[in-house]
Amino acid sequence: MATIAEPLNGAGAPESSWRRTLSNALLITEREVRDSFRDWRIIAPLIILTFMFPFLAQFVAGQFTDYVADYGAEIIGERTIPFLLMIVGFFPISISLVIALETFVGEKERRSLEPLLSTPLTNTELYIGKMLAAMIPPLLSSYGGMLVYLGSLIFGGLEWRPPAALVIQIITLTTVQALVMVAGAVVVSSQTTSTRAANLLASFIVIPVAMLIQGESAIMFLAPDAEAPSGISALWAIIVGMMIVVILLLRVGNSIFNREELLGRTIDQVNFRRTFQTIWHQVLAVDEQGTRARNLSEWYRRGIPLSVRRLRSAILVTVFVFLVAISAGYVLGQMPDWQLHLPSNLPLGNVSTEMGTAAQFFFGERPAIFAIVVQNWRILAAASILAVFSFGVGALLLTPAVYVLLGYLFSQLILAGYSPFPFFLAVLTHGVVEIPVIVLATACALRLGAIVTRLPKGMTLGQAWTQALGDAIKLWLGVLLPGLFVAAFIEAFITPLVVRIAFGG
Amino acid sequence: MIEAFELCKTYDDFLAVESVSLNVPAGTVLALLGPNGAGKTTTVRMLTSILAPTSGWARVAGYDVTRQPEQVRAHVGVLTEQHGLYERMRALEYLDFFGRVYGLDSNERKRRALSLMERFGLEDALTKRLGEFSKGMKQKLALTRAMLHNPPVLLLDEPTSAMDPQSARLVRDAVIELQRDSRAFLITTHNLAEAQELAHQIAIIRHGHIIAAGSFETLAQRIDGDPLMELRIVGEMNGLANDVADLIKVEDSGKDWLRYRVHEPKVINPALIKRVTELGLQVLTLAPMSRTLEEVYLQIIHEDETKEAMNGDHR
Repeated sequence: MATIAEPLNGAGAPESSWRRTLSNALLITEREVRDSFRDWRIIAPLIILTFMFPFLAQFVAGQFTDYVADYGAEIIGERTIPFLLMIVGFFPISISLVIALETFVGEKERRSLEPLLSTPLTNTELYIGKMLAAMIPPLLSSYGGMLVYLGSLIFGGLEWRPPAALVIQIITLTTVQALVMVAGAVVVSSQTTSTRAANLLASFIVIPVAMLIQGESAIMFLAPDAEAPSGISALWAIIVGMMIVVILLLRVGNSIFNREELLGRTIDQVNFRRTFQTIWHQVLAVDEQGTRARNLSEWYRRGIPLSVRRLRSAILVTVFVFLVAISAGYVLGQMPDWQLHLPSNLPLGNVSTEMGTAAQFFFGERPAIFAIVVQNWRILAAASILAVFSFGVGALLLTPAVYVLLGYLFSQLILAGYSPFPFFLAVLTHGVVEIPVIVLATACALRLGAIVTRLPKGMTLGQAWTQALGDAIKLWLGVLLPGLFVAAFIEAFITPLVVRIAFGG
Repeated sequence: MIEAFELCKTYDDFLAVESVSLNVPAGTVLALLGPNGAGKTTTVRMLTSILAPTSGWARVAGYDVTRQPEQVRAHVGVLTEQHGLYERMRALEYLDFFGRVYGLDSNERKRRALSLMERFGLEDALTKRLGEFSKGMKQKLALTRAMLHNPPVLLLDEPTSAMDPQSARLVRDAVIELQRDSRAFLITTHNLAEAQELAHQIAIIRHGHIIAAGSFETLAQRIDGDPLMELRIVGEMNGLANDVADLIKVEDSGKDWLRYRVHEPKVINPALIKRVTELGLQVLTLAPMSRTLEEVYLQIIHEDETKEAMNGDHR
């Protein structure tokens, strides 16, 4: 009988290096790609889409071009040809979604994930390995299909030759779309417990990508620079935007991809009551352990500062973005094309009376505190909702827009030779309260959206997001709403007085 | 080799494991027993650095499970509850993949894989697809995978489940061989006979708590108190129980036997034999009544359930 007891050496202690990370990731990729190529359900559509569909597309392109040419609309036919190139490339990468969804949740269902998680491979190695495994076969098929299609164009009967820049754009678009779909699918896959649930959630990936393809098609048909040697500028913009989405999704994926999430998640049950309780618990918490506030005073003394402390990075980022926004508005106002060329002899003495009219324009007949609060709240609520669905980016687009405008107006007043002092007073009298409130609200929104891209140490996605939401609700109840009311009171009653005094009214 | 102190794991407000402390030196086997959902798998996953403990600490093969997870996993062989094989792969290909993951060189991978497969009777299935393996073969291959990188610590969840008696014997022999070779084993199993045969220490876990721990003998003594002895004589008792009442307290008796508990068997048993002989009777056997681990386990679980009911404790 063979002996199995040998001198102890264990496996080589892993040393962290990029080369090692990549090499280990490729081990996973190699195994999974090999496994994919053994599955006829994956290989059959890939072969069909690589070698048969391009010829069909080329045939359709030929027929369509001839048909529209009969009516003198050759340009429509010509623009169909690159559109079909994009479709030929897109169909195979749609399979990457299936493979990616399968990577984690499929393994989890087959119970083959835990042995892999018990190895010395790091989370990043597993994540990269599986990402590549989901991308490589469909992308190869996609590139192959496009090559076959282009070959059939070049060697076939159609005279149209694709501009090199457009081909590069379409190949790049196909690649980033595959990356978006796979990165998104891996996020979905690692957060669900069944392939069924993962497939349902995948509609959040499929629908936006399908809409994007439609948008790209429209751009290809309608873009005025469709024949430009540098390619279609709108497509370059989409490529850049998609790359940003890819980076954010990769960050989310790497952040939430951990063994604990993958193995600990065993049920997908919805429990609204429990979710509400957990969030409320966070709202009332006064320390990191979640101790509940005993009274309102303690909640303000300990609970509110706790949530503000957690927002520290988001506040810094928000303040920085606001400063950039004001500066950008000011710089924009200095550009000749953007200058308003205000007359330098405006009757500012009338400001005190005109202010009433302006207020009526924005807030109705009787400028009420409530109307101002609702106006500010609407913007901040929209920013928060947008932030949740855009990894926080939405928060940093909507609210700073006001500051771009302020910077711009400020520059126009300076250019026209007016003193900036009354302008400062008009903004800062209530801004002393309102600006910090807006900064804090924007920071809350930013954290709500961005926390998924970088989870606090030791926290799951659900725990981190629940805490961020609890903190946001706490600050809205305790600071932001009262602050908005105070700012609105000052804006409605004190700012007009101060401005009138400044203008000698 | 395996040290754990006050390990806790909570999921939100669910306490999966609470204050689990273990110590498994090299060359020993610990059997972690308990009902389904008691926290065995969670404990093993924490010791494999798959799950991070909520509190407490553990060192496995000299590495901290929280701070050195990759080192821990590199030095541990794990047999998971579900074998989880890649069914489209062939046996050797599968082991080669894991060998590469563990950083073994090509020759070593092949040598270890062939040696282990031969040991577990899988030498005829080297190039067979895993989807064609029987349940027992899959289990043996999973065990081969766990042992492939020659780890000093092995954590085995139900190592012989689904195996025929002959295969199970092979696996138990392998465990004994490796344990003698200074490996530390933690085995979770519902096969109590197997646990009794293999384990130097036993820990019983229920609702995430270790409710009893120690050697089988210690646990048995904890349940039974002093060892229970049985005396059998040639012929009939004829009032023997009364004649030895000053030496022992008879708990039960029959036509030709009696049972008693003894605190100091080395003193009492020779005196009893002497007395019986003096009374003109012949001793046929005098032996301790051995309990099985199953009896001890069930008794301990029952006691804990009773205690829980009395305390109104709904953990």
